[in-house]
Amino acid sequence: MPGQPFGTPSGTGHGGTASASDAEIARRIPLEDIDVSDPGLYQREAMHPYFERLRREDPVHYCRESAYGPYWSVTKFNDIVEIDTNHRVFSSDVSVGSFVLDDTTLNPIDGGIYLPNFLGMDPPRHDEHRKAVSPIVAPENLARFEALIRQRTQSVLDSLPVGREFDWVDRVSIELTTMMLATLLDFPFEERRKLTRWSDVVTATPGTGVIDTWEQREKELRECEAYFKNLWNERVNAPPKPDLVSMLAHSSTMQNLGPAEFLGTLVLLIVGGNDTTRSSMSGGVMAQHIYPGEFSKVRANRALIASMIPEIVRWQTPIAHMRRTALEDVEFKGKQIRKGDKVVMWYISGNRDEEVIERPSEYIADRPRARHHLSFGFGIHRCLGNRLAELQLRILWEEIFARFSKIEVVGEPVRVPSNLVHGYIELPVRLHA
Amino acid sequence: MPKIKFLTSDGTEYVVTVQSGTSAMEAAVQNLVPGIDADCGGAAACGTCHVYVDPAWFEKTGPAGSDQEKEMLGFVEHPNATSRLSCQISVTDALDGLVLRLPTGQH
Repeated sequence: MPGQPFGTPSGTGHGGTASASDAEIARRIPLEDIDVSDPGLYQREAMHPYFERLRREDPVHYCRESAYGPYWSVTKFNDIVEIDTNHRVFSSDVSVGSFVLDDTTLNPIDGGIYLPNFLGMDPPRHDEHRKAVSPIVAPENLARFEALIRQRTQSVLDSLPVGREFDWVDRVSIELTTMMLATLLDFPFEERRKLTRWSDVVTATPGTGVIDTWEQREKELRECEAYFKNLWNERVNAPPKPDLVSMLAHSSTMQNLGPAEFLGTLVLLIVGGNDTTRSSMSGGVMAQHIYPGEFSKVRANRALIASMIPEIVRWQTPIAHMRRTALEDVEFKGKQIRKGDKVVMWYISGNRDEEVIERPSEYIADRPRARHHLSFGFGIHRCLGNRLAELQLRILWEEIFARFSKIEVVGEPVRVPSNLVHGYIELPVRLHA
Repeated sequence: MPKIKFLTSDGTEYVVTVQSGTSAMEAAVQNLVPGIDADCGGAAACGTCHVYVDPAWFEKTGPAGSDQEKEMLGFVEHPNATSRLSCQISVTDALDGLVLRLPTGQH
């Protein structure tokens, strides 16, 4: 059905398969029973009505009981910025639980393994680690990658069937992001799908379609570790090269990483640079399907690419939340948060906060201050790769505009069942010349 | 109405006039001066409005004021002794004629 949003109850353009009953439940459920951590909500794209209610009625909301224990939800844009920039009280440190709601992702809890990295550190250690990695994704260095990214993007797009259905996620989103990551790491190119696999394994729990058991997850992550150990050993003894593994191997800060931190840092870079950009590459296509007029504006005026790309990142919000842990009792917006409490910043909600962003559910290609969104976070942990993500997306859309008049979504998308990774598993499309 | 001069990394000059009390960042963004991104809209939360205060003006602006500004400046590329986040510089009549140099990139 060309131009029709899939399964949206009131044409709000979310492109999901939420039913009218999801919205009704969200309206009627007692506030204290709202639990926005249910991965099923995200799989059905049914979370937005709950967040609308929380932003309106209980913006800093305590959920007493969930699969992840009790937690606070912070749902408004400016409140989220306040938490994100107050690392002295709201810690990311792995020792108090790290930076995602599900403790098993990065900690040896239940069957998980310990994966410390600098996103899960507070200053001062965080700062040294981040500074060691930051140069590779600074704009002047990104310029080195542009020609290669463009050549690969052209090659992938030129290989796609026109007029026939295929899965955009697999053929484009995964393919391009994996190639980029392989380049950044100087990972053996023909083995690059291992990076996709390991990234998916990190954020998976048994029984959701990625891994069957915790033992399997650990086994695969140990293989990842062994693989990178080999690359490390090669590169530490060779002259420094401009790839992430070589940079880590030659950085005095990072040389003393223990094995858990080494794997944790790689996992951070693999996941951080992987399924996120993937989600935006898929989400942009969905936005174009639901809001074709917005993309026509950009075709007619290419200067609008500068706002179109950040708007894709906002609209999709590839990382639905980041979590902190309170290091002390603190009052926040009239609520008493206790030391040790989990505090969840729902970027996916803040990016729909109509008090900060006009008509926030809509994709608006020429939105003013389009980078004013939460998808990359704010503060000292703000996404290091944000300009690299935008670069990949910009090149992708430039090359799409040069080739195809339209990308039609021709079937129900399949979404990731996760309260963290807001993305697509499958997006059936048909290209129009 | 104080004036500010922005010098981009390739040497282009932009002179803008603003209402007293406008931040240097807003002065740039409102006048389409390239090279200041200001992703967070002025909350000292992103580090993408980084500028180098001209040494002649540094005593008047002072170094970074808050811990938060200092922290974010810790992560910009190529910081120097006069680095500031321009969203935290309020351009009053006392800063009329302020000269700010822009870095090669923000991220």
